[in-house]
Amino acid sequence: MITGKTIIRFTFLGSIIVWLVLLFSDLTILYSDLKGLPSGVPLWLPGLMLDFFIICLFYYYKYKIERDETLNFPDLLWKVFATGLIATVVSLALRLLETLLGTTMLVDPSKETEVSSILFTDFIYQINLALFFSFLISAYSAWKRLILYQKSKWLIRIWRVFEFGLFFILIYDSIQIALPEYLSTSMLVVIGLLVLILSANMRWVAYLNFKQKWTCLLLLLLSFFYLGYFIYTVIRLSELISSQSSSFFDFNSHMFNMALLSFVMVYSIFSFLVILFNLPTSSVFEQKLEEVINFQRISQSIQTEQNEESVYNILLESSVNSVFADAAWLEIQSASDGQKLYTFKISEKESKDIREHLKSHNVKGALEQSSDRTRNLSRHLASLKGSRFRSLLSFPIIVKNETIGTLALLKELPDGFNKEMTRIVSTFANQAGISIENFRLMEEAFQNERYKEELKIAKTVQKSLLPNKLENDPDFEISSFAESADEVGGDYYDTLRISDHEVALIIADVSGKGTTAAFHMSQMKGIFHSLAQLELDPKEFMERANRALAFCLERGSFISATYFVIDTQRKIIRYSRAGHCPVLYHKAEDNTTEYLKDKGAALGMVRTNDYCRLVETRELTYSRGDVMLLYTDGITEAKNSRGDEFGYDRLAEALKMVTDKNAGEIEKYLIDKLYEFSGTKEINDDYTSMTIKFT
Amino acid sequence: MVHIKRIQEEGADIIAVIGEIDASSSIELDLAIAKSVGEGFRKILIDCTGLEYISSAGLGVFMSYIEELRDKSIPMVLFGMKEKVANTFSILGLADLLHIKENKLEAKTLANELSV
Repeated sequence: MITGKTIIRFTFLGSIIVWLVLLFSDLTILYSDLKGLPSGVPLWLPGLMLDFFIICLFYYYKYKIERDETLNFPDLLWKVFATGLIATVVSLALRLLETLLGTTMLVDPSKETEVSSILFTDFIYQINLALFFSFLISAYSAWKRLILYQKSKWLIRIWRVFEFGLFFILIYDSIQIALPEYLSTSMLVVIGLLVLILSANMRWVAYLNFKQKWTCLLLLLLSFFYLGYFIYTVIRLSELISSQSSSFFDFNSHMFNMALLSFVMVYSIFSFLVILFNLPTSSVFEQKLEEVINFQRISQSIQTEQNEESVYNILLESSVNSVFADAAWLEIQSASDGQKLYTFKISEKESKDIREHLKSHNVKGALEQSSDRTRNLSRHLASLKGSRFRSLLSFPIIVKNETIGTLALLKELPDGFNKEMTRIVSTFANQAGISIENFRLMEEAFQNERYKEELKIAKTVQKSLLPNKLENDPDFEISSFAESADEVGGDYYDTLRISDHEVALIIADVSGKGTTAAFHMSQMKGIFHSLAQLELDPKEFMERANRALAFCLERGSFISATYFVIDTQRKIIRYSRAGHCPVLYHKAEDNTTEYLKDKGAALGMVRTNDYCRLVETRELTYSRGDVMLLYTDGITEAKNSRGDEFGYDRLAEALKMVTDKNAGEIEKYLIDKLYEFSGTKEINDDYTSMTIKFT
Repeated sequence: MVHIKRIQEEGADIIAVIGEIDASSSIELDLAIAKSVGEGFRKILIDCTGLEYISSAGLGVFMSYIEELRDKSIPMVLFGMKEKVANTFSILGLADLLHIKENKLEAKTLANELSV
């Protein structure tokens, strides 16, 4: 695998070798010429070697400059400048050496010294030429990158033609076929035109900031100096040598050199001028760039886990920076936090003064929350004495078609805001509105998620509160059914054996839904399990439960319940109803099915001792075959598609049909009837029932 | 969905409740009664003629005002209930705690008696 680095090394080495061959062949030819000896080296060798040298350099810089993605524009120019600097320093050092030696060598008129002096000059000339070429080609590579910045298809084509043209001239120069003059001239004209076309590509200049422009100008200026210096040096040396030797290979007259040099020169001059004339407008470009960045900051603030406040701050800062405002404030009206004021370089009092002034002058919709338009209120400010501000611009911040705040920008100059500024800031304000809307939507989604999670927990709690197993007795069998709706309700039932002949039952319905309902349900369970053990009279049970709940339930919450104690010894049921749905009782003896009507207020409705007179204990005797049905209002209030309720009558009718069956079968029948009636598996309220069949 | 209207007659604030009161709409009922009390009415009548259904949360609203109104000796009388709604009140035992009458005239008379 040949990487860029190996190519750079390889071409560098290649160019040195080729140059050494070029140097020695040229020196040999020159020496033979001066001595009048036949040359052992073919005359075309130096020219060919120069071509190779140029090609090697071309690839060297191609990989070194053109392919290096990390370089920005000033860096590119810096590379060219640095190459030029090294070349110039080396060249100057040689010149110094030449001057020092020249004084001793060139004054000697002997033939031998003259020859060696010319050879020495040629040596220096070759070094200078090599340095000059490396400088030119490095500049060429750099310019190529600049020209092809934001390239189009056509530009690439033109560039290819240009590059191919240069290559062609290079070959043409070395094979030395004498073409008619008009052909070579027209070729130069074509190349010249291409150079001009290519030099018009200056898009990169716009992306420089002010400081970078200055840097580039300086670098270009110095590059001009190097170019001038080298042109002078190379011409001077070649003239010196050609005056001495006829077979001297003068490279200056070559078309390739001219073309390359003119390209580098023209583009440098163009760049210099364009940058120079762009200097005054660079602040505008920078401003635009900053606007884009600010815009991004506002729109991205949502991803970086910032909050509404940071959006407001970014908005304020960005707006102020974009329009060079002297001061600004942002007034936000929110339902939860009330009014909020963010200020920039203005005291709250000053802003208040201005707002009150506008209000007192009856400027409609100016800084009011209801305003939905951008307004230039400068003229109203003129009448406010003692204020340093003379221009005022206000923008509404709109979230979901609702104005949530106002952004006001102030300037000390009169008529300080132009249309452009208004447009930019209103874009900012709009984007801020969108960001805030997104925040709120996200917040809502979080809340929903949390609520769902809460419901899930409440549902688990509710399920775990219901008993897994119900008390059984030879005297009766119990079956229970519980199906909860999506929204958690608070239906509760339970049983507890008090003694060998007494069993307590409870069915309860907590008002409200959700977590609170599940919570109250657990309180009810606690109360049932602690009070039932005390073998209390059902009325007493309700009174104590009410007293306990008085401190637990919040205002408006209550629990309806019915508490039973079945005494299997005396075959009686004693119960107390606290606002719960009336018990449906089937008496086998008379074959009657009816609701037991009695009085009783729900727990938590009256939280004083007055409650005593609102509940009572009732007693009834049971016998074999009796059925007692306990249920919650979810069953009687279940609706069908037409909106009719299942109701008490349907429930009683259904029970009548199956009184001879056992508890489990009765229950199954009733529930089937219920679902058949509602016509859907989806229920709105909890279905809870407990069926007791006496055997 | 519930619709609540308030009209004033002979110094009594009559709050007409139309529609169904469930957990979410009970808030509106609560607000209406709170407003009436806040505005200083000495007699509050609740017109339940248009009330189709009331859930336990709605009953809770009435319940929560029983003590407050008794302390301030403001009579609150409900009237014109449909049988089904009345049944809900009586099952919960609220019929004994609230004043419930057949029609507006009876309700007004009771309110006047109570406020003396």
